[in-house]
Amino acid sequence: MSTATAPSPQAPRSGADASPPRSGAGVRRSGARRATSLFAHGEPLVWLTAGSLVLALAMIAGLLALVVAQGAASFWPQPVVRVELDGGRVLMGEVTASEDYRPEPSVLDALSPEARVRAREALDTSAGSARRRMLRIGNYELTNEHFAWFSDFQQVPGSESLPEWALVIERRTWGRFYGLPKAWRVDGKVETTDPAEIHERLERERELAEERHERILVLERDEIGELNALQERARLAVRKAELEHGARSPQRAAAEAELALVIASSEARFGELQQQIRELRDVNRSRELVLVTADGIEQALEIGNIVRAYPANRIGSVEALGVYLSRWGEFLADEPRESNSEGGVLPAIFGTVVMTLLMSIAVVPFGVLAALYLREYARSGPVISIVRIAVNNLAGVPSIVFGVFGLGFFCYIVGAGIDDLLFAERLPNPTFGKGGLLWSSLTLALLTLPVVIVATEEALAAVPGSMREGSYACGATKWQTIQRIVLPRAMPGIMTGMILAIARGAGEVAPLMLVGAVKLAPELPIDGNFPFLHPERSFMHLGFHIYDLGFQSQNSEAAKPMVYTTTLLLIGLIVALNLAAIFVRARLRRRFLAGAI
Amino acid sequence: MQHPPVLTPEPGAPSQAPATVYKRAAARGAVFQAIQSGASFATVTHAAVAGEEAVLDIRGFDLWYGASRALWSVAMRVPRGKVTALIGPSGCGKSTLLRSVNRLNDLIDGVRVDGDMLLNGDSIYGSGVDVIELRKRIGMVFQKPNPFPMSIFENVVYSLRIDGERDRRVLEEVCEQSLVGAGLWEEVKDRLQDSALRLSGGQQQRLCIARAIAAEPEVLLLDEPCSALDPIATGRIEDLIEELKGSYSILIVTHNMQQASRTSDYTAFMYLGRLVEYGPTRDIFLNPQLAETEDYVSGRFG
Repeated sequence: MSTATAPSPQAPRSGADASPPRSGAGVRRSGARRATSLFAHGEPLVWLTAGSLVLALAMIAGLLALVVAQGAASFWPQPVVRVELDGGRVLMGEVTASEDYRPEPSVLDALSPEARVRAREALDTSAGSARRRMLRIGNYELTNEHFAWFSDFQQVPGSESLPEWALVIERRTWGRFYGLPKAWRVDGKVETTDPAEIHERLERERELAEERHERILVLERDEIGELNALQERARLAVRKAELEHGARSPQRAAAEAELALVIASSEARFGELQQQIRELRDVNRSRELVLVTADGIEQALEIGNIVRAYPANRIGSVEALGVYLSRWGEFLADEPRESNSEGGVLPAIFGTVVMTLLMSIAVVPFGVLAALYLREYARSGPVISIVRIAVNNLAGVPSIVFGVFGLGFFCYIVGAGIDDLLFAERLPNPTFGKGGLLWSSLTLALLTLPVVIVATEEALAAVPGSMREGSYACGATKWQTIQRIVLPRAMPGIMTGMILAIARGAGEVAPLMLVGAVKLAPELPIDGNFPFLHPERSFMHLGFHIYDLGFQSQNSEAAKPMVYTTTLLLIGLIVALNLAAIFVRARLRRRFLAGAI
Repeated sequence: MQHPPVLTPEPGAPSQAPATVYKRAAARGAVFQAIQSGASFATVTHAAVAGEEAVLDIRGFDLWYGASRALWSVAMRVPRGKVTALIGPSGCGKSTLLRSVNRLNDLIDGVRVDGDMLLNGDSIYGSGVDVIELRKRIGMVFQKPNPFPMSIFENVVYSLRIDGERDRRVLEEVCEQSLVGAGLWEEVKDRLQDSALRLSGGQQQRLCIARAIAAEPEVLLLDEPCSALDPIATGRIEDLIEELKGSYSILIVTHNMQQASRTSDYTAFMYLGRLVEYGPTRDIFLNPQLAETEDYVSGRFG
């Protein structure tokens, strides 16, 4: 140490051995201070605590940064690259991944002699590692693959280009298509071959085609759906009459006559609608975009099948932003297609929000009432202690267990009972006796019940005894005191419980897989058909959607960006639900807790 | 009964004969020693009390918190339209006695009572008494201001609300009268819909008084109403008590000798759960019959 070799007068306390002590007491004091300061001030612990916090924050920030970066970027249009490979294959598409790897020697054997020499030289200079890139090449109906890897040494030197008019076509079926525009055909007749004009026609016609598509959807889903619902109701009436009055009863005969009438009247309307749909389809089919793929194959695409088309290498950042926003719009407001790997997630957003709201409606009153009894009415004793411990332990039960319980109890016992009582005519098709929105909400309500009970109990305990006494002294009964004084005062704390329950419930997936969340729900749980809210229906959920995209999708590479985007959306949705609840809580706080008490 | 009451007073015949004996004959502290040793002891009640009409008649009242006894045969007649102060060292049972009047002690587990009180002749502890109805006849103000988490208006009319009063005119009239009565009207008349929790401590306490008098109580219990307030706010509350005197019968617990001597007409001195001496405030402070009372009010003890 420097103090030992060069004692300086400026640092008389740096060591008792280095500078002569002035007095015995002084040395002891200074020595004692040096020995204890570190621990007495808790310096290491401050660092420890701060370090833990920083670590926790870094992990959360890392997670958010990954999700936001990946999720926000996935919709940005990439340029379309065209490369010629050794052996004559030509690829065109968007670069989606790039990595360095060590090629096996056998890969080089497949190359032509001169390419092999070049590849060897390249590999020697880079110590055996080579770059390879993944192109999204689309055109699945022609190539049977969505993606293709190629290494730098495989491509013909100087062949990489960004073709000016290369179009990226997003389709309703078969995924993306990459190609160069060749012609615009109407009813089989070529109208133009100029790329700029083709693009212009495409833009204009696509909007009209979109309108026709929407119209077809309305006809199919609403009008024909309504006819189907009418027929179904008449059919069920027959079955019901049969069950209630017997197979030969006059009631059944009447119902059957009614059914015949309904079928007869709807048949005509049905044909009419079918005709309308066919006409619209024909128009959409008649306008075709002819493209040439990188391999030189001509392919005609119907306008009705095209969702979006843009010349990726021509557009500037403003148009790119337009494509980006339109993709987000589609993502948020449309239904999924291509087994969920493309299109939107509106049904999943809808399902998540409705399920969470139903859960809150179920869990908050139930939990608050239970907590009220526990805290205000029950006489404390061993039984109440056991109940409280049990409630707390309920919070630690794995969520899948709740799913199993929900399936066994709600779906198979309660639901089957309801079916027997109210929907006997639909059996053996279950109505409530299967997974559905209501059972999912109730299962999650059960899952989040401990959170609400514990938070409410704490909020009730925090209401000052002086307030209760004041109320009793005014001649209020216990219930009046609870209703007018205790509950309003505890409301912000109860809201905290609700916020925690929402945060827990909206992100929960495992139990939902058993009690009602599905990959693709044909109908939303709320629609225009009586009784408008259909709590028995299966629904889509963002959390389950992520799992399905990431691990159950046939085209998992194409679904990967959607996984991040959906995750981002789920996080955003939970944050939004929480913010709404926090906003309400802040208002309640201002009302009931202002000023010191 | 395990603890037979030492004194069973008959209405209108308070015992006062032995008082002078104590002061002259016994050494100072003899009464306290007797109390501490658990010996029997009779309350000294001045003759002047007997002349007053009692709004509240406490008759040989005992109270136990579990196994420990907090009140020993307290007998006391609280006069109508007067201010009666309860004084005594901490833990002597003043607040317990006060909270027994409106049966707030019922809320505490393990409380057992014996004896009875009469509020305008109606039994308070008799069987079949509706506690809720009873409490509506008694107003109470606590040590710390405890306004409810609602508007000033709703605080004042709380007791009417819980009775189901919906007539807006009645509510507004009672609110104004009570706030005027509590000397708060001028300060809050423009912001009756504001949260009561935004008022200052002194204002909150006057609001609590307004809330207590809104129900037209037969007796008003004040449990150290100024202990959490600054001297100026305390002064205003004392003035207010002065104004309420006459229209309300007030029973006030206080630790402050000056407050007791300034505001009250009658004073009761309590010690270890017994009512030691009870009489007109002037006599208690200037001419007490017991040396112990003199020691306490003069600050030599307690």
